Amino acid sequence: MKFGIVVFPGSNCEHDVYHVVKHLMGHEATFLWHKNETLPGIDCVVLPGGFAHGDYLRTGAMARFSPIMNAVRQYADRGGMVFGICNGFQILAEAGLLPGALVRNANLQYICRDLYVRVERQDTPYTNRIKTGTALKIPVGHGEGCYYAPDAVLQELVKKRQVVFRYCDPKGEITAEANPNGSLHNIAGVCNEKGNVLGMMPHPDRCAEEILGNADGMRLFTSILHTWQQTRRNRI
Amino acid sequence: MLDPQGKAICTSLHQLGYREVTGVRIGKFMEVNLGGLPREEAEKRLGDMCQTLLANTVIEDYRFEFLDE
Repeated sequence: MKFGIVVFPGSNCEHDVYHVVKHLMGHEATFLWHKNETLPGIDCVVLPGGFAHGDYLRTGAMARFSPIMNAVRQYADRGGMVFGICNGFQILAEAGLLPGALVRNANLQYICRDLYVRVERQDTPYTNRIKTGTALKIPVGHGEGCYYAPDAVLQELVKKRQVVFRYCDPKGEITAEANPNGSLHNIAGVCNEKGNVLGMMPHPDRCAEEILGNADGMRLFTSILHTWQQTRRNRI
Repeated sequence: MLDPQGKAICTSLHQLGYREVTGVRIGKFMEVNLGGLPREEAEKRLGDMCQTLLANTVIEDYRFEFLDE
């Protein structure tokens, strides 16, 4: 399988993703400079964490207009997997590939720590190896992670089951205390209607091997690989 | 929509004794120089700029006014 990792000026987690794919999973990973206009032979596009274009104006606002984003949009429209982590999520929201927006954390502080998210649905390309209701321990590192969407959008999201991750306590209970940043409905990650585009604030790329003390993040990457294997089998 | 920065500033103003303050909201102020377009066209183009880049209408409202140099 071949992952394409988009690099914007200011991205800083592209090597985390590369390490997971190349060294831990043993699959192909390639960096795609944001000025590229094509995604040659890519099976999954990752928009990594960081501060694309310095986060000027708003997080993700400039990155949305990088040349590669046209190709990413077309790729997503064709059903390709597009996975935004942290700043990548912010970019996908600004680009309108995912609903809602990420704004300043309610406590105005940059939050950098481990926390728990509950998997709300197993039937996505990113979570098919994880049972619904599982609490995963994954670190966050963000200043603008507060998920916001207008009421009507939020209701649609819930109805169409687009909420994939919610902040929870270690037992998987959704509580106000477990919400680090003021996100509506404790939302930590959402997908598009078809489910092929996912954005999440926590960093599975930072917790994918036991030597780091936590391998929960690998379960997402294993799911992505499983999705790819399934679609390949169907094609054959 | 929650504006935690505005709320923090409101609290600070109260602590300074400005009890009359009932709310603060934080926004952005931009100066955009348009090289002498006719007003009608400038209005249309600036509206487009706000819609596509300058504001995110999911979380922000915008308005603009023209100043002649």
